[in-house]
Amino acid sequence: MAGAEGEDSLYPIAVLIDELRNEDVQLRLNSIKKLSTIALALGVERTRTELLPFLTDTIYDEDEVLLALAEQLGNFTMLVGGPEYVHCLLPPLESLATVEETVVRDKAVESLRKISQEHSPVDLEVHFEPLVKRLASGDWFTSRTSACGLFSVCYPRVSSTVKAEIRQHFRTLCSDDTPMFAKVLELDYVKSDIIPLFTALASDEQDSVRLLAVEACVSIATLLPQEDLETLVMPTLRQAAEDKSWRVRYMVADKFSELQKAVGPEITKNDLVPAFQNLLKDCEAEVRAAAANKVKEFCENLPEDSRENIIMTHVLPCVKELVSDTNQHVKSALASVIMGLSTILGKDNTVEHLLPLFLAQLKDECPEVRLNIISNLDCVNEVIGIRQLSQSLLPAIVELAEDAKWRVRLAIIEYMPLLAGQLGVEFFDEKLNSLCMAWLVDHVYAIREAATCNLMKLVEKFGAEWAQNTIVPKVLGMANDPNYLHRMTTLFCINALSEACGQEITTKHMLPVVLKMSNDQVANVRFNVAKSLQKIGPVIDSNALQTEVKPVLEKLATDQDMDVKYFAQEAISGM
Amino acid sequence: MAGVGGGNDFQWCFSQVKGAIDEDVAEADIISTVEFNYSGELLATGDKGGRVVIFQREQESKNRPLSRGEYNVYSTFQSHEPEFDYLKSLEIEEKINKIRWLPQQNAAHFLLSTNDKTIKLWKISERDKRAEGYNLKDEDGRLRDPFRISTLRVPVLMPMDLMVEASPRRIFANAHTYHINSISVNSDHETYLSADDLRINLWHLEITDRSFNIVDIKPANMEELTEVITAAECHPHQCNVFVYSSSKGTIRLCDMRAAALCDRHSKFFEEPEDPSSRSFFSEIISSISDVKFSHSGRYMMTRDYLSVKVWDLNMENRPVETYQVHEYLRSKLCSLYENDCIFDKFECCWNGSDSAIMTGSYNNFFRMFDRNTRRDITLEASRENSKPRATLKPRKVCTGGKRKKDEISVDSLDFNKKILHTAWHPKENVIAVAATNNLYIFQDKMN
Repeated sequence: MAGAEGEDSLYPIAVLIDELRNEDVQLRLNSIKKLSTIALALGVERTRTELLPFLTDTIYDEDEVLLALAEQLGNFTMLVGGPEYVHCLLPPLESLATVEETVVRDKAVESLRKISQEHSPVDLEVHFEPLVKRLASGDWFTSRTSACGLFSVCYPRVSSTVKAEIRQHFRTLCSDDTPMFAKVLELDYVKSDIIPLFTALASDEQDSVRLLAVEACVSIATLLPQEDLETLVMPTLRQAAEDKSWRVRYMVADKFSELQKAVGPEITKNDLVPAFQNLLKDCEAEVRAAAANKVKEFCENLPEDSRENIIMTHVLPCVKELVSDTNQHVKSALASVIMGLSTILGKDNTVEHLLPLFLAQLKDECPEVRLNIISNLDCVNEVIGIRQLSQSLLPAIVELAEDAKWRVRLAIIEYMPLLAGQLGVEFFDEKLNSLCMAWLVDHVYAIREAATCNLMKLVEKFGAEWAQNTIVPKVLGMANDPNYLHRMTTLFCINALSEACGQEITTKHMLPVVLKMSNDQVANVRFNVAKSLQKIGPVIDSNALQTEVKPVLEKLATDQDMDVKYFAQEAISGM
Repeated sequence: MAGVGGGNDFQWCFSQVKGAIDEDVAEADIISTVEFNYSGELLATGDKGGRVVIFQREQESKNRPLSRGEYNVYSTFQSHEPEFDYLKSLEIEEKINKIRWLPQQNAAHFLLSTNDKTIKLWKISERDKRAEGYNLKDEDGRLRDPFRISTLRVPVLMPMDLMVEASPRRIFANAHTYHINSISVNSDHETYLSADDLRINLWHLEITDRSFNIVDIKPANMEELTEVITAAECHPHQCNVFVYSSSKGTIRLCDMRAAALCDRHSKFFEEPEDPSSRSFFSEIISSISDVKFSHSGRYMMTRDYLSVKVWDLNMENRPVETYQVHEYLRSKLCSLYENDCIFDKFECCWNGSDSAIMTGSYNNFFRMFDRNTRRDITLEASRENSKPRATLKPRKVCTGGKRKKDEISVDSLDFNKKILHTAWHPKENVIAVAATNNLYIFQDKMN
């Protein structure tokens, strides 16, 4: 391709620029992601005078494109000529900050916050702050919400007159009718002016606003010194934990660990412990479930000296009640964290108090509860050893493995490698091996597939020799099954196991079986033979590849069936 | 002739009619929902063919001060297509059951439209600029020689004729087993509810793959089913309150703060039945076809087959006002049952100040009731009365004996001409009335 160097380098950029307007959204997205390349080619002046005006007005696009654009602009300072010209980026970002898609607005605000750092204090007052003012007094709440996210970045660096203006805007927005902006408001802060506003919002009529105040509570609590917490934050928090609306209480439960860290050990002991107890006993199941989820974290973060005492006297009684809760989501949430308590309480307490709870949940009627217990066995293993549980564990596993719902069976298969690792190879061989084999011939394909993958992980754990002795014979035995689906499963297993088993086992034991199946009556089996040969090709020794595999593939390449021919040819060319 | 909805000299007059004049009405053109947006600037209609047509009010011009802004077509688009449910071997109609506007949040307009199974969020936006100038093509569209590109061109935006685009922004599907009868946007501007015969779901406008079920009245044994949900609406100001009506003539008000699943109502509205008027049809005609909160949020209105009732939210045991829409039909219920008209679902609406209410009837009649003066009026939407700014004459149905000159007898009513859907401008005295495939717009006469 002849041509002067200058022309060559312009062509790809020209394509990128044109594709900014292509009908295909993927091409537009691609161009936007390479906006910096375009800007570099245009140079700083043309970027400022031509590219940015074009981008400012084309906000008709799909969210993905606008999101990418908002992100790019945040890094454009050097491409427009440095901090001296960074304010040129404000117009396009301002339009992006008024778009109805929250993700795009949030990204635009993030980019605006980034580039505000590059503005000189003069530029902040001349360009940035007016932008914030315009957004704050905009007709639509979308622009007002964006304004909320920008107050904090310009406030510290402007003159005191401008500071007063900003505070005024902020206060006006606090009495705004539109509830939506409160969300953004809470995550922003200006220290001393906020507390009265925060307290007002925390007692707002609409519970959607109050529950967001709980989130803010956490950030505010981390900012204030300990002495101020009791007077400024705790009254609001206490109110929220007993709010009539379940959503506010839910929020408190959800943020409990953060609150705990923010308020410190003293207040935790005096206020949070009773509050937590109440949440665990709440009348609304969603709240109980949220609190149950936090049991482990809450206990872990209690001050060391009083930890055990608090747990045994206050938390454990409530937890015992929850094990027999009427709502399955509550029990399920509890099951996913309860095992974690054993490391905190130590061996004796675990055996006496927690073990009965684990066993009860292992027998729960809801499969999710049982699954959650099984998936967290590693914590218990550290403390008391799984053997204690294994008697009850095995029936539970078997029941889940044979559950009528295939998704439940799928979930237990996924835990099998973990369990096998913890229970050890003898236990596995004795009790669980037959289960794993049964899954290979399940009537649901997803289960057979997962079972194959499971075998591969087990071989990785227990080693090739174990595989050769225990599972390979059984897998290869399936090659004679009258059901073609099972014969295919043999091939899929071989595909999965060959690498882990190694060259010798694959060549000596697996390869002959595969080659034999090339004569199978069912075409699906035959073309999967071709695919298998291609897959295990790299593992078997090259001699066998030439003398045994190639002839078979060549024969399959002349098969009656089109798919068999195709895959055989693919395999041959792949070698 | 004292009018309704305004002062004594108030009169309604014809403004516009949209739709074909043919006697042969294509089924797809039958209007199935009408809704003004929050400012009244836009009026949306949905039809059985799954299309949405949006009209925009012309700005009042200084040249013609006496003519109020007319509504002209702003945008038309196909909202829903017919679908087939493969699992149940059932067709899913594309008919638009409801349209609800979202409060405006930027220069574009948003509305929710729903058929029996799927709700869609549409964005209607204006474009008045077009980018011009390509690098690889010249003005005529011919490809340029890549080797001749010596400079880069950045597109320039040039003005163009206004184009209104409608694009689907969200599709909320697969959440309803039964047919969706209502959607309602919450006052928090973030969530909305959708109701079918047995369940009500709460959605977040930005999340399409999940919704919360907040009411479930499906009995464990379907043979015990006696009541279905007929309509639902969110309170206009309190984002945690909503109501739903049933086929047994009851309304339940629920508070979402009390529990995550609102199967237990907070308030239960039911008027005790008058034993003297009990008949075989009592339960059918007590079924509520529409429920609407007043703009103030203090009252709600329900429409059953023969009447409209206004309820004070603070009083559960009976409505505070009852208006008879077409009491003369009470003696005809048997034949109305036979031609299925007894199952027609009429809607009702409030005017902007909550001082008047309107609902439809048969023979293209519609009724308005002034709550303050207790006066009512019957008007007709017909092509005969469609001269510009012609005043509408009140109509009267003669129930027995001697029929006066301008009256029409009950037996002459055309039950195929039903006005099920009406809408009142949120601020002014402008009403939109859907008569089969025609949309009539009436305004008050400027005095």
